[in-house]
Amino acid sequence: MTDTLNSLPPDPIYDRREQIRAITAKTLRRRSRMSQLFTWALSMSLVIALIPLVLVLFTIVQRGGSDLSAAFVTKLPQVPTIGQQNAIGGIANAIIGTLIVAAMAAAMAVPLSLVLGLYLVEMDTRLSRIFRASVEILSGIPSILLGVFAYIFIVLPEHHFSAFAASVALALLMTPVITKSVETAIRGVPDTVTEAGLALGARRSVVARRVVLPAARAGIITGTLLALARAMGETAPLLLVIGATFSQTWDFNPFHAMSALPLLTYSYSGSAFPSQHRAAWGVALVLVLLVLILNLTSRFISARLSRKAQM
Amino acid sequence: MSDGHDAVGNNPGVLKESSITPVLQLRRVNVSFSGRVAVRDVSFDVAPNKITSLIGPSGSGKTTILRSLNRLHDLTKGAKVDGDLLLDGVDIYKGGIATMLLRSRIGMVFQRPNPFPTLSIYDNVVSGLRFNGVRKKSLLDEAAESALISAALWDSVSSRMKVHASTLSGGEQQRLCIARALAVEPEILLMDEPTSSLDPVSTQRIEELMTELKNRVTMVIVTHNMQQAARVSDDCAFLLMADDRAGELIEFGPTDKIFHDPSDARTLDYVHGRFG
Amino acid sequence: MNQSTQRFFSRRNASDSPQGLRARGGSDRFYVWTLRGVAMLFSAILLEFVYSIVHQSWPAWTHEGITLLTGTTWNPAASVYGALPLILDTVISTLVALLFAVPIGLGTALVLIFVLPRRLQAIASALVELLAAIPSVVYGLWGLYVLVPWMSATVQPWLASLTGGRWPFSGDNLGAGIMLASVVLAVMILPTIVAISRDVIAALPKDLNEGALSLGASKSQVLRKVILPSAKSGILGAISLGAGRALGETIAVLMVIGGNAQMPRSLFSVGATLASTIATEYTEASPQNLAALGALAVILMALTAGVNVLARRLVNRSSGLSS
Repeated sequence: MTDTLNSLPPDPIYDRREQIRAITAKTLRRRSRMSQLFTWALSMSLVIALIPLVLVLFTIVQRGGSDLSAAFVTKLPQVPTIGQQNAIGGIANAIIGTLIVAAMAAAMAVPLSLVLGLYLVEMDTRLSRIFRASVEILSGIPSILLGVFAYIFIVLPEHHFSAFAASVALALLMTPVITKSVETAIRGVPDTVTEAGLALGARRSVVARRVVLPAARAGIITGTLLALARAMGETAPLLLVIGATFSQTWDFNPFHAMSALPLLTYSYSGSAFPSQHRAAWGVALVLVLLVLILNLTSRFISARLSRKAQM
Repeated sequence: MSDGHDAVGNNPGVLKESSITPVLQLRRVNVSFSGRVAVRDVSFDVAPNKITSLIGPSGSGKTTILRSLNRLHDLTKGAKVDGDLLLDGVDIYKGGIATMLLRSRIGMVFQRPNPFPTLSIYDNVVSGLRFNGVRKKSLLDEAAESALISAALWDSVSSRMKVHASTLSGGEQQRLCIARALAVEPEILLMDEPTSSLDPVSTQRIEELMTELKNRVTMVIVTHNMQQAARVSDDCAFLLMADDRAGELIEFGPTDKIFHDPSDARTLDYVHGRFG
Repeated sequence: MNQSTQRFFSRRNASDSPQGLRARGGSDRFYVWTLRGVAMLFSAILLEFVYSIVHQSWPAWTHEGITLLTGTTWNPAASVYGALPLILDTVISTLVALLFAVPIGLGTALVLIFVLPRRLQAIASALVELLAAIPSVVYGLWGLYVLVPWMSATVQPWLASLTGGRWPFSGDNLGAGIMLASVVLAVMILPTIVAISRDVIAALPKDLNEGALSLGASKSQVLRKVILPSAKSGILGAISLGAGRALGETIAVLMVIGGNAQMPRSLFSVGATLASTIATEYTEASPQNLAALGALAVILMALTAGVNVLARRLVNRSSGLSS
């Protein structure tokens, strides 16, 4: 072969290489031990992060599980009396109340978000960018302030608390979340799909309604369910506007006060009756189950969606 | 030096008449990802202070081989490397060799320039040394200067060492990455299509640089560019994808021979641009 | 982030080809104006939201002036409206919560990306996100009945022994208080910090990780010296988003902080935050007190909006850098 055979690197480089190798060898063990320690500490942080989840779920099931019965979810609440210290009755009206308020909030938030999501995708003007920023800021506004707004806007003029006012506050809470998921889902629809629609001579509105929104359906449903789960668990706005911290009636007129699970959990927890303290866990368990079902459904849909997208 | 002939066996790819101790020897190397074989039975030797190029169409396993040389596949979940990979006669996948130490001896330059965006030019160049535990300022300065000179970057950056690396042009960033790798004084430098994201002028400068660096390091380079392989490399390995999509070594030899008088018809077709 | 995605009707379609649109008649113009109209309507609601809260608080600002912000006594029954203790409790509980949640959250994000095998990664991610799904009233309940006894019997005596009963672990140990509120808040904002910093870090080019490793860096060196600094602004954004959530959290804090609006003396002090005070006093307030509570709402709105704007900026800057 050729002349490079014996041409060693020039001396200073050779020296330096030896020096560096010596340092590397000397520090190697300390560095790998540091690295192991660091990785271990990171793993511990995951463990620590999951401890509260386990503890909370465990405690709710342990303390609330015994309350769960057919009567608990189908009957009206009872006030404990001297004769019947442990009378609790059920929480059926709070369950239905929660569902009604959430349904009303969704009925307002979903159509609104569909249009707003389309608007954000369709328009790219200075105005739409300002609008996008304000929707994002709204999503970071504490829910209690939405309650304050619903109070000023609806409760004060009407002179009474109402489930409707609560649903307005929750709709404002849900709208930024759903709008964001509508926007993301629409942007995920391939251009070819919309262009095919337009090429057939369909109007934009028709393409949007018949082609784009259906194609983005799964993403929109996922976002809506997540927003709904979050709204159902909200307590703070209800505290200000829904009125009934403890109700014993089947009154589901949306313009009257109404019972709801999160608020009932809160008021039971601060009650003077020990039996209601205990029942707070049962209410919390029902609430968590409702919220988790919505969450898992949404997760399931989005997992199926992403698998379909991969194929 | 002696294990050459026997281990080569009947594999046509291996340089048979080597009179130099190879720094790096690959013997029947297989790489698979989650059971799917990506590279099969590859054997060749890398001679010291030379440039060995790996050529072949996309998917033929060039980059996969290169990344097995400094154990970067360790990061990929499900990746598995079999066979013998010997650095100065020591198997780099068998016990006793620390990956960190190995990687300080075998440096790497990537397809896209990847200077650390939050660090200054100086801190980028000495980052490898600092990772390796070097603290002494004089050693850091000396190594940085030498590496930047070797990477033909010293003249243009010596006055602005504290500036962020992201302010450099693409070609300069790539040379900074070369300097960063050189500063650790590796024995071998792996280059994965180092010019594929650069303009022709920057590409030419890096090619010149590679030739000048030969007295400092041994280089293994993956390239898509036939002319580049022909211009800069001394030895050349040609790979193709087999029917089951696994990369195989078709031919290995001095670059001149591969390009002008290959033993395999497929090599001839490829270097003349008839497929791939 | 979205450069690859396109608006499904480009702007050009809307304005530059009049024949295309107008020739097809009024329906499309109707569509465009529907979108605009609804967006305007929603903007009007947002403006009304801000206006109505500011308007409600107006008498308090004109009457009390700066003492609303600097007064150290909050006693609506005696018409004394100094929000400083509430502001301090809000900010302190948030900062202490960050002290817990940031290292754990960042550590978790790094584990998810760099340590766990892919299958475990998906499961662990889902579990951390479940933390966010649990309603805050449930955290409040857990804090009230499980953590209060634990804090007063175990944690706080231990903390007090660390400083010999001096600040910041001084005063009566009731279990409930700012310290516990911070712990509960830390749990609640953890998923936010984990999710955003995980996304920001995962969006960094893979080259950085490999570049550092190929120089002989150890795993911890790569993470500490290269990955975390490169993701800095996105991580700060994630932290700010978490802070925004903590500042405005109402019901869980209300249940564990003790509900006493006084200047905080230590982390063991019982307190009351802006949000918790609004929640407890609002529905039973006189018109005069309502204005003062409205002022609390304005302060809280300014705080959270400011923190959120900052957070979005930081996160967007980070995603711009990585793409």
